[in-house]
Amino acid sequence: MKVKGPKTTSLQRMGSVQSSVSQALPPKKSFLYDPKVRGIFYQTLLVCVVGYLFYIAATNAVDNLRRAKIASGFGFLENTAGFDISQTLISFSAAGSTYGDAFIVGLLNTLIVSAIGIVFATFLGFAVGIARLSSNWMVAKVAMVYVETLRNIPLLLQLLFWYIAVLGPLPQPRDSFSLGAGFFLNARGLFMPRPLYAADAWAIGVAFAIGVVVTILFRRWAKKQQAATGRQYPVGWATLGLVLGLPVATWIVLALMNANPVSFDMPVKGTFNLRGGMQILPEFVALLVGLTTYTAAFIAEVVRAGILAVSKGQTEAAGSLGLKSGQTLRLVVIPQAMRVIIPPLTSQYLNLTKNSSLAVAIGYPDLVQVFMGTVLNQTGQAVEVVMITMGVYLTISLVTSFVMNIYNRRVAIVER
Amino acid sequence: MKKAIVSIAFGLTASLLAAGSASAQATLASVKQKGYLTCGSNTGLAGFGLPDAQGNWTGLDVDFCRAMSAAIFDDPTKIRFIPLSAKDRFTALQSGEVDVLARNSTVTMSRDTQLGLDFPAINYFDGQGFMVRKKLGVSSAKELNGASICTQQGTTTELNLADYFRANNMKYEVVAFATSDETFKAYDAGRCDAFTTDASGLYSERLRASNPDDHIVLPEIISKEPLAVAVRHGDNQWGDIVRWTHNAMLDAEELGVTKANVDQMKGSDNPEIKRLLGTEGKFGEAVGLPNDWAYRIIKHVGNYGESFERNVGEGSKLKIKRGLNAQWTKGGLQYGLPVR
Repeated sequence: MKVKGPKTTSLQRMGSVQSSVSQALPPKKSFLYDPKVRGIFYQTLLVCVVGYLFYIAATNAVDNLRRAKIASGFGFLENTAGFDISQTLISFSAAGSTYGDAFIVGLLNTLIVSAIGIVFATFLGFAVGIARLSSNWMVAKVAMVYVETLRNIPLLLQLLFWYIAVLGPLPQPRDSFSLGAGFFLNARGLFMPRPLYAADAWAIGVAFAIGVVVTILFRRWAKKQQAATGRQYPVGWATLGLVLGLPVATWIVLALMNANPVSFDMPVKGTFNLRGGMQILPEFVALLVGLTTYTAAFIAEVVRAGILAVSKGQTEAAGSLGLKSGQTLRLVVIPQAMRVIIPPLTSQYLNLTKNSSLAVAIGYPDLVQVFMGTVLNQTGQAVEVVMITMGVYLTISLVTSFVMNIYNRRVAIVER
Repeated sequence: MKKAIVSIAFGLTASLLAAGSASAQATLASVKQKGYLTCGSNTGLAGFGLPDAQGNWTGLDVDFCRAMSAAIFDDPTKIRFIPLSAKDRFTALQSGEVDVLARNSTVTMSRDTQLGLDFPAINYFDGQGFMVRKKLGVSSAKELNGASICTQQGTTTELNLADYFRANNMKYEVVAFATSDETFKAYDAGRCDAFTTDASGLYSERLRASNPDDHIVLPEIISKEPLAVAVRHGDNQWGDIVRWTHNAMLDAEELGVTKANVDQMKGSDNPEIKRLLGTEGKFGEAVGLPNDWAYRIIKHVGNYGESFERNVGEGSKLKIKRGLNAQWTKGGLQYGLPVR
C-alpha cells in the first residue's frame, strides 16, 4: 500500500508532464533531467527504503526473540492443541487436532457469525430505513427510536446485555422451556432435532436443485414475455412452488413408498444437559443478535440517505404512470438508491465482520478468542499469532469490498 | 512533502534500531532507577491478589512483590500493580511491561523453555479441582459426564480439563472466558454445571458466589499446579533476587524469625539467623542488594508462614490448610535453601 500511493501520484505527474511535452516540444536535454528517468529513480528508491525498513523490522524482531529465548517461527501450527472448543464446524478434539486446526475452527466461527449477521443486518436495516421514511407517524417514530438507541450505545455493552440480561436468566436444563416438535430452550442454548439422512435422501437434494434451475429459467422467460407483450406471470408463487414444493413432494412420495429418507435425532434430557439433537450456543445467539441489531441501525441510516437522494420527481412520475406505492419503491426508487447505498453499505459489512472480534467478551470461540487468546497463550508466540490474525482480517475485508465493488459496478449508472 | 517522508523513514529506522539494542539484562538497575517495582498481579483473586476497599493490594502473591520491594527499597509500598488476565500475563512479562509476575502461574516445561521465562520460586503448591452446585447431587468429578464446564482461557486448567475427560472417557462441553471474573460470573449465572480452576482459586471464588453455601468443591484433585513467580529469562541476577526472597521467607519461618521478633533476633547467636539477617557475611552484595535485605523483608512483610496465615490460612476468610505448603519439617514441600 505504501508503495502504491506515491506511485500513482508520480504517474499522474508524469502524465501531465508528457502532455506539456507534446505541446511545447523542447530541445533534447540531458539524461539526468528526463522526467521519466527521474520518476523511475525515485520510485525505485522509495521501494528500496520501504523494503529495507520491513527487513530491518523483521530481522530485529527475530533477533530479539532469539536473544530472549522465545520460540519463533510458524512450526507451532503443527503442534497438538490439547484444549477443546465449544463450537466447532469441523471435527476438532484436544487429542488429535493441532493449533492450525484451532485456527481454522476460529476462522470458520468468525466467518459464519459474520455471514449470517450481514444477511440479517441487511434485511433488518432495509426494513428500518424504509420504515423511518414511512408516512405512518407511528412506524416512522418507532424506527427512529430504534436507530437512535442502538446506534448510540457501545456494541460491547449491547453484547453483554444480550448475553447476561436476556439469555442468562433462561431456565436451567432440567426446567427447559419446551417449544414443541423437539425444540427446547434453556440457559445452555437452543436445542433442536438433528436431521439424519438415509441413503435415498439424495432425491430430495436433486429435486431442490431442479426447482432452483427451473425457477431461474422461468423467471427469465417471464421477464422476456413481460417486456414483449406486457403480460405478467405469477413469478412469486412459481418460485415458492418449485423451490419448496418440489422437494417436499419428493419427500412425501418417498415416505409413502416406505423409504423414509429423513429421520430426526431428538434432544432428550440427560443428567446435566439435553443430549442429542443440535445445539445453538447462547454465546453465538447473543453475538449474532448484538451484531445484527447494532449494524442494522447504521444500515437503516445508509438506506434512508440513499432513498432521500432519489429525486422526488421520480416517485411522482412513477405515480403518474399508475404504479402502486410498493411498486414505485421496488421498481423505481430502490434501484436508483442502490447507487448511493452500496459504498457505505460495504463499510458497514466490514465493520460487522471486524466487530465480531468482541466475541471475546462473551466467550464465543471466534478467531480472536481461540487464536489470539488460547493459542497465543499456550505457545507464547505473540508476534506470529498477531500477524496471522491481522492478515486474516485484512483478507476478509479486502475480499468483502472486492465483491461489493463488482456489485457496485453493476448497479452504477451506465453511460450511453 | 518528500522531506517529511524521508525524516519519517529515518525516525522509524532509528526507533527500530533503538528497540533492538535494549538489553534483557539489569532489571534491578532499571527498577532502582524508576524508584518502584512493577508487579504483574491477578485481576482479583481473594487471598492471592486483590485490592481492598481502600485500593490497597493484599494477598500471598502481593506479599511476594512487597517482600521484593522491601528488600530493594526498604519500603514495601514502592510497587505498581498491573492486573493481568491469564491470557495476557506472559506477553506482559516478555515485553517488559512488568518486572516480575506474581500471579498464581503454573510452571510447565513449555512455559519455562519456550516463552523466554524463568520460574525461580514456587510460592504455592496447588492442584486443579471442580466446584458444582449442591442441588445437582454430584459427589465426584467422575460423575461429570456430559456436563458443561466453565474455565478460563490460556491456563493449564483448560488443558488439564481436556486431558482428564479424555483419560476417563467422558464427554463435556467447555465454555472458555478470557478473565476469571467473566468465567465465575457465567458459572454463577447458570451457564455451566461445573467451574474448574486451581483448588485455592475455587475456595477464593466461592466467596464471591451469590450464595456460597449452594456450592461444593469436589474431592478430586486432577493435576499438579506448582504456582510460581516468573521473571524474564536471561537476567540471572534478577532471577536470584526472586529465588532468595522466597527462600529468606521460608528460612525465617523455619528459624522462628517473625515480623514481631526480628529486631530481637538480630542479636541472636545462632549463625544461621546471623547470616540470614545480615549481621554476619555479605550475602546481599552478591545480588546487588544491601546485606540486611532479608531483615527488611521480615521486618516489613513477615515470614512465609505469617503471610500464608494472614492471606489464605486460618486467619483469613479462605481457611485453607497448609497441606503441601507446610514446611518440610512438618510434612509439606516448602523447603528453604540455606543462606550461606
